[in-house]
Amino acid sequence: MSLNDSKPILEAQNIEVERGGAIILSVPSLLIGEGEILSLIGPNGAGKTTLLQTLSYLLKPVQGEIFFKNEKVNSKPSVFEYRRKIAMVFQEPLLFDTTVFGNVASGLKIRGMNRMEIRNRVVEQLDRLGIGHLSGRSAKTLSGGEAQRTSLARAFAIQPEVLLLDEPFASLDPPSRESLIEDLESILRQTRTTTIFATHDRLEALRLSDRIAVMNEGRILQIGSPEEVMNHPVNEFVASFVGVETILSGRVIKKNGGAFVASVSGQEIEAVGEGHLGETVLLCIRPENVTLSTRPSQEGTSARNVFPGRIEKIVSLGLYQKVQLNCGFPLVAYVTHHSLENLSLQAGREVAASFKATAIHVVRRKEKGAQKGEMG
Amino acid sequence: MFRSLEFGNCLLFGIWDLEFGYWNFVGGQMDLIFEGIKKAFYLLITFDPEVMGITLLSLEVSGIATLISLLIGVSVGVAIALSGFPGRRLVISLINTGMGLPPVVVGLFVTIFLWRNGPLGFFEILYTPTAMIIAQTVIAAPIVMGITLAAIQQLPPKLRLQILALGATRLQMVWILIKEARLPLLAAVMAGFGGVISEVGASIMVGGNIKGYSRVLTTATVMETSRGNFDIAIALGIILLLLAYLINLILTQIQQRERPK
Amino acid sequence: MDRKIGMRIILYGIVTLFLFIYGMVLAQAQQKTVILATTTSTQDSGLLDVLLPVFEKKTGYFVKTIAVGSGQAMAMGQKGEADVLLVHSPAAEKKFVAEGYGVNRRLVMHNDFIIVGPLGDPAKMKGLKSSAESFKKIASAQALFLSRGDNSGTHAKEKDIWKAAGINPEKEKWYQQTGLGMGQTLSVAAEKKGYTLADRGTYLALKKSLGLDILVEGDAILLNIYHVIEVNPAKWPKVNVPGAKAFADFMVSKETQEIIKTFGVDKFGSPLFFPDAGKKEEEL
Repeated sequence: MSLNDSKPILEAQNIEVERGGAIILSVPSLLIGEGEILSLIGPNGAGKTTLLQTLSYLLKPVQGEIFFKNEKVNSKPSVFEYRRKIAMVFQEPLLFDTTVFGNVASGLKIRGMNRMEIRNRVVEQLDRLGIGHLSGRSAKTLSGGEAQRTSLARAFAIQPEVLLLDEPFASLDPPSRESLIEDLESILRQTRTTTIFATHDRLEALRLSDRIAVMNEGRILQIGSPEEVMNHPVNEFVASFVGVETILSGRVIKKNGGAFVASVSGQEIEAVGEGHLGETVLLCIRPENVTLSTRPSQEGTSARNVFPGRIEKIVSLGLYQKVQLNCGFPLVAYVTHHSLENLSLQAGREVAASFKATAIHVVRRKEKGAQKGEMG
Repeated sequence: MFRSLEFGNCLLFGIWDLEFGYWNFVGGQMDLIFEGIKKAFYLLITFDPEVMGITLLSLEVSGIATLISLLIGVSVGVAIALSGFPGRRLVISLINTGMGLPPVVVGLFVTIFLWRNGPLGFFEILYTPTAMIIAQTVIAAPIVMGITLAAIQQLPPKLRLQILALGATRLQMVWILIKEARLPLLAAVMAGFGGVISEVGASIMVGGNIKGYSRVLTTATVMETSRGNFDIAIALGIILLLLAYLINLILTQIQQRERPK
Repeated sequence: MDRKIGMRIILYGIVTLFLFIYGMVLAQAQQKTVILATTTSTQDSGLLDVLLPVFEKKTGYFVKTIAVGSGQAMAMGQKGEADVLLVHSPAAEKKFVAEGYGVNRRLVMHNDFIIVGPLGDPAKMKGLKSSAESFKKIASAQALFLSRGDNSGTHAKEKDIWKAAGINPEKEKWYQQTGLGMGQTLSVAAEKKGYTLADRGTYLALKKSLGLDILVEGDAILLNIYHVIEVNPAKWPKVNVPGAKAFADFMVSKETQEIIKTFGVDKFGSPLFFPDAGKKEEEL
């Protein structure tokens, strides 16, 4: 498990959670660095929610310990203190039957804060999440997006040291989702709040996280930077779950109208999309969009990106073959049996791989304020 | 059972009152009702001391009983709603049955317990307002309990977790849940109060309808009816209705407090 | 907020404390309480409303009047749940004392029953001297008769008369049992234009609104005799012996008997009860 060199703010050791006699979560060790954003992805029932609830001590593990800032969280007072330093947001907004203001203030009222202070904090959070104009409205009259923003404002109002989100965007419609993810991203980067969130949407995870943990059947199968997990899935399941996209991190070095050139491991890849010079972007390339040829020339293709590379491994996926290449950066291509035979492809062979600039899915990442270490 | 008779030129319909076993004559007799209304007015305007005393006692006894039922009912209802234990279903069905307990039966059992020579006889509270409060609490508490139970159970299940995640202590969580369910809970209070201010069987049995001491509006109404003083009986009935209406008006106001837009 | 929870707990405590004190205070008051079991018709006559305040003032005892049917009153005595009885069912009373439940059975007063009926008197019984005869007339005319049917003293008396007339009215269509108090039964009789047996007191109190006539009166069997009986403490140690005795003594005292003598005169023109303390039952 790679971790940036910041201190772990939260640590879980030997966690096991049981329900109905069966073990539904088993996590030998999990360290979360301060200020990092970790996402948990996996299918339904993988244990994401269970892990989140265990980390917030809403669920008691049958064995194992949780350490917050190196102090064990187990006795009643320490659990209570710990809970007051974290915040959790669920898929449903779960608002109270009062005004938006009242909802956002609820965490503070619970902590016995005085009215003046509450007012200041609440107004601050309402503005930050763009719902200041809804302050006096009854929570029951809000739209899905507005309600979820209120729930988030409520969480941020207490200035949590760790923020846990359980599929917070899952029940929103695409425009609300998009808008909220953007706003959340900037707040998280700005405040450098340690965040753990569960989602089944890989793109969300890609966009927001510093590290991704892939879960299934109550275990963490792999945890690492998005590129690591996506490009080097540790087993079949992870691979099939994350989708075998090639994900490359590059820096924009040139701009051409609606396209740009990014430098990836010393090579230049052209992609269509927005990108500022010097910006770091993630380039996702679907394997079906990668064409292989045994001829090194660029003739007859409209692909701008052609790279020589060596076949490292070929895996049969039933209808087609997965070819893993090394072109100076890892690249995955799908070919048919037919093509495989025609081109006599095998491990060790040198080929030319090409893909269109339009076939690249670009993911832009917002900059963190004063990064603490490198990503990936 | 229905019976009809003629009196003067009016037709009277009699209905056999199952709870208390007497003929309840309703319908046609406009004069009597009018007399009753006049009498009620008169008694109220002149602050007739006996009637005032009876009314205040009604309010006191039923009010205290409702208050205690509220405390017991809400705490037990919330506790059961939020916890799981073997036999929970059985307990809940007992509570639901308790909601419909016939008041006379409650009165009978409380009387048996409070008899001088009965198990709780040494308290010597039979034929006192205290006994009436006890009986009425036994009647109202299951009502409040049952409705509270249902009210809390129908809150979103994750709400509890969300409240705890916000850093609430267990007690704070309970309080917040109660606030969330305030609409049905206030309905529970009104149901409990309505049930006991209007009940008569238990009140007569355990209170004894003693003049100036344990006589309340309902027991006095029965007594006046049995004496044949229908106008007074109707008057007392009207006063009881007014009282119940006023209290429920206040409670409804609280329940339906102006909500933010 | 923790404060609010704390307040709730305090409220709990206050209420519980209040109840406790209330109960204690009441328990103290019990020391000077006398439980009097009597009948509804006795209470409805209003006599006790006049007598009890005098007694309470004189002795300081607080009398709890539990007005039920004669049967229930004596049952209470049998269970030791009352201290003293004021009832009017001589046969049952004698049994009560014979079985050791009551002591000091003393004659207090009497009033009488009357047979009343509709103005037209379809059974043609007005003026008859024998109540048994009048009942026979009702049966043969199949005239509507309303019975209280509640095992009260009045009902017991009525059954005695039927027995004397040799008639069993139970299954007859013209015989209806109301299960109600005297006042209500009279109202039903008035509305249905039927006959009934009533105590003079209740009849007089309602006379104006009824429209029923007195048809038979004065027959010896129609006498309604009241005795006061103290519940036997030997069987039930919790009985308030001094209180019961004080009440019984009071009922037969000269002053009280005077009050009884004049009770009802100003309202109805004739007294409702006739004081008999010291006399023998057979003399009446």
